[in-house]
Amino acid sequence: MLIAQSLEKRYSTGGRELVVLRDVSFEVAAGEFVAVVGPSGSGKTTLLGLLAGLDLPTRGRVVLDGVSLRFLSEDDRARLRREKVGFVFQSFQLLPSLTALENVQVPLELRGESDASSRAGELLERVGLADRAGHFPAQLSGGEQQRVALARAFVHRPRILFADEPTGNLDSETGDAVAELLAELNRELGTTLVLVTHEDLVARRARRILRLADGRLVSDSAGAA
Amino acid sequence: MSSRGLAAVAALAWRESRFARRHLALLLGAVGLGVGALVAVAGFRAQLARAIEDGARTLLGADATISSREPFGPRTSALLDSLRASGAEVARTTSFASMALAPADGRTRLARVRAVEPGFPFYGLVETDPPDAWASLQQGRNAVLDPGLLTALGVQPGDSVALGQARFVVRGSLVKVPGDAEIASAFAPRIYVPARYLDETGLVGFGSRVEYEAALRLPSRGSAEALERTHTRNLRVEHASVRTAEEAQSQLTESLGRLGSYMALVGSLALVLGGIGVGSATAAYVSRKWESIATLRCLGATSGQVLAVYVLQAAALGAAGAGLGVALGFAAQRVLTRLVASFLPVDVSPGLDLSAAAAGLAIGLWAALAFALLPILGVRRVSPLRALRRRLEPSAAEGKDPWRWAGWAAVAVSTALFFLLEAGSLKLAAIFGGGAVAALGLLALLAWGARRTLAGLPRNRLPFPIRQGLASLHRPGSQIRVVVPALGLGVFLLATVLLVRHNLLIPIRPAAGGSRADLVVWDVQDDQAEGVGAVLAARGLPLLQKAPIVPMRIGSIERATPGDEASSSARRGRASGWAVRREYRSTFRDSLVGSERVVEGRWWSPAGTAPGGGEAAANTEEGAAGADTYPVSMEQDVAGELGVRVGDRITWDVQGVPVETRVASLRSVEWARFEPNFFAVFPPGALAGAPRSWVVLTRAANPRASAALQSALVRRFPNVSVLDLTVIQQALDEVLDRVATIIRFLAAFSLGAGFVVLLGAVSASRLERLREAVLLKTLGATRGQVATALVVEYLTQGTLAALAGIALGVAAAWGLSRWLFEVPFEAPLPALVALGGLTALLAAAIGAGAGWSAYRGTPMEALREE
Repeated sequence: MLIAQSLEKRYSTGGRELVVLRDVSFEVAAGEFVAVVGPSGSGKTTLLGLLAGLDLPTRGRVVLDGVSLRFLSEDDRARLRREKVGFVFQSFQLLPSLTALENVQVPLELRGESDASSRAGELLERVGLADRAGHFPAQLSGGEQQRVALARAFVHRPRILFADEPTGNLDSETGDAVAELLAELNRELGTTLVLVTHEDLVARRARRILRLADGRLVSDSAGAA
Repeated sequence: MSSRGLAAVAALAWRESRFARRHLALLLGAVGLGVGALVAVAGFRAQLARAIEDGARTLLGADATISSREPFGPRTSALLDSLRASGAEVARTTSFASMALAPADGRTRLARVRAVEPGFPFYGLVETDPPDAWASLQQGRNAVLDPGLLTALGVQPGDSVALGQARFVVRGSLVKVPGDAEIASAFAPRIYVPARYLDETGLVGFGSRVEYEAALRLPSRGSAEALERTHTRNLRVEHASVRTAEEAQSQLTESLGRLGSYMALVGSLALVLGGIGVGSATAAYVSRKWESIATLRCLGATSGQVLAVYVLQAAALGAAGAGLGVALGFAAQRVLTRLVASFLPVDVSPGLDLSAAAAGLAIGLWAALAFALLPILGVRRVSPLRALRRRLEPSAAEGKDPWRWAGWAAVAVSTALFFLLEAGSLKLAAIFGGGAVAALGLLALLAWGARRTLAGLPRNRLPFPIRQGLASLHRPGSQIRVVVPALGLGVFLLATVLLVRHNLLIPIRPAAGGSRADLVVWDVQDDQAEGVGAVLAARGLPLLQKAPIVPMRIGSIERATPGDEASSSARRGRASGWAVRREYRSTFRDSLVGSERVVEGRWWSPAGTAPGGGEAAANTEEGAAGADTYPVSMEQDVAGELGVRVGDRITWDVQGVPVETRVASLRSVEWARFEPNFFAVFPPGALAGAPRSWVVLTRAANPRASAALQSALVRRFPNVSVLDLTVIQQALDEVLDRVATIIRFLAAFSLGAGFVVLLGAVSASRLERLREAVLLKTLGATRGQVATALVVEYLTQGTLAALAGIALGVAAAWGLSRWLFEVPFEAPLPALVALGGLTALLAAAIGAGAGWSAYRGTPMEALREE
């Protein structure tokens, strides 16, 4: 489903070259639930960005569902995401001027699908927010916002879902509920799940844990789940 | 993009703008003001063109006119007879300036006498008060006057008015004369009398400047052109010319077209300012949307889809703003029509013009899209990574983008085309557009410099609120670079209008306690000169200048060819017709006067003015000067029109007697001074024995002495005319005031757009202000301190804009005074200080008022809003 091959990422800031990732390689099978963990600054988010095609590696390659990202343009990568990828962010990233329902509709609408509204409604119901459909993000609690984000991530039935610290901005109880929901959806829909977190509780739900330190992959082990 | 895709993008664009619409409404105002000014002008121009088209024949009141400065000669009279015989109607008008006198109390006023034959005008109606006054004009010794003249003479219908030796009964006042602009009567109010009593006045004597005109109603259309084609050459021999209604129409169309272009250009500035406002506010808006854009990109939106979302928003904004502008424009058109009406010889309807509305909509849409395009282009390059990392380096969106160059080029080219469209001529567009861009550039440079200076200024000793206010001007996201140019341009326009008006009035302003003349007495016949002098002496008034006037025409010009045949014939080719054909009213004297100086050649010394001798001859090849050749001094501009230089020969026709001259010198003349000036000045001997009249200058110093002198002069010498400086002043003041009002009205749109840009800027920095509010309040700042900081911030920007706008206005008005109007320049400080102060205060009030909302609430509210 997902292949990372000898990934390296360098940034130059203020005239200094900074190596964020070095020689990271692994494969993820379809339907797998993988957690990427590591201390802050270890390169987790950068890796996620590369895997989802938000950015290109300095060296190495990413193959997503059989498509090598290296030769795709920015827009082609965007089209690939809209077909096959779902996203959950630490800071939810709901569009502030769209209602909960409208936010969930966006991925479908970007694909030009016609029954965006009813499908989005189903997903909102699935995450338990049917009665909040008309609310704007600012009117929802953090946990509710992240549940809307989950609904949005799954609404177009992505083949793979990337989650970046999805519980990082939530209290532990709410975070736990969100993590549980994420795992449920992964199971129900068979979506491959790659989750970046530094919270052990969340990581333990994964079937496999990749550990990063200083930009290197230092361990690849089975999770508790 | 499929239609479903487009609909989805449109829906997204609509939803995405939800909470920003309140701020975007400001931009609507920016576009709307610009479009409003343009629609008002365009609608007015369209209605004006229609009025001229419909009223072509009423412009002359006839199908054609034949006119001359001399009584009609035998050929012209024969032509009129034959026209009459072939069924044409002829009504002759004789017009000249003369003093009108109210016999009852001796009040006088210089007036434009028009002695008309029955039938005039053939087309159009002379409106009077009472309405039947015109119809009764020809029934006896009656007169119809401009209302201003009634007031000046203190007469009413039924009273009598004296013109020379004749008396007329006032029947009423003029309301509207077809073909006459109301403003024309400000300088010389009209008085209509029946032509058959003209001789009784005894005024049409030698020396007075009389215009003879025959209005014609021709039996068939098209015969006017035939008349002109056949007889123009023939009539020119007798110094008469034919003018057809179509010609009058096209001349009016041309000159008013130019007026329309100027108005449109002033209006177009408002749109460009609005555009700049749109650009800066869009940039602020888009930069706040980066996270949303990044999220959309993560969710699979292509750069095209994201671009489409924001382009659609800009387009919707442009369309709404343009719609608002069209409505505003229709309202403004009514005001504009009323303001301009007194300058127009036709009645213009304030009705709506659909093509102006359509053009306004298109232009508004263009302005919104063109100026929003540059910041919007950046959304294509917002990296989806921004959704993962909030504080991502901004280079992702701001890196080198070849499309930005294309965007700049599109803005520049389309703005240039826009100016070209409004100006109607490449030169005017280049001057005006270039000037506007240069002014904006200078203002932007100043803002940039001010920001740099403020950043480097040591502020440690200043109290906290002032320090904070000044610091706000150079923080990231400060809008000073937009606010100062936008406000400054409006101030620049207003300051220029104010200064030009002020300086045009200087030359005729009586110097307090000075010795400049304030009365010009002319048409003084040779045998009256001594008598006029005696009247002045009896009243203790000074005779400041006394100049003889001899009317003449140019007989022939012989250009010297000092080894350069080509230059001579080139000059001949350049000689313009009016300068060759016109009547010259020349003088003779042996010294220069204060308003002129020799710029080329030499002035004659009093002893050297005998024919054939003197310095003029000495300057040139001695032998070439004939025995009867006199030197002559020409005014430099008319010499240019004639294509003559020092050394060329001009033979003058002085009432049938040829006078040979050689151009001895060229003079520059300050025409704006209230003194008689001349195109051609002869040495005293040259015109000895030629029939002449005199012009006499004096100074009455106060209105009562002036009125008493005029009354005494007119009673004793009814043919003498007196030009009163204070009357001219009032007239000029009135005309300039009306012109200034029109320009101010249009410039107000620019200043308005400037203030909208200011409001937009306040709104753009709202987020920064909210963060600041939390911080300041948490740190314990009082409301007073926060308010002071805000006032300092906007007062500084307003002051900078006002100072810069006034400085530019002074520069522009100085240039206009010096090169275009050729009048001295001075800057009226109190008026400029008032303009600047008002701008700065208004900026502080609007800026601080709008910014205050961010600080008003509690820190908690602010946090929540963020």
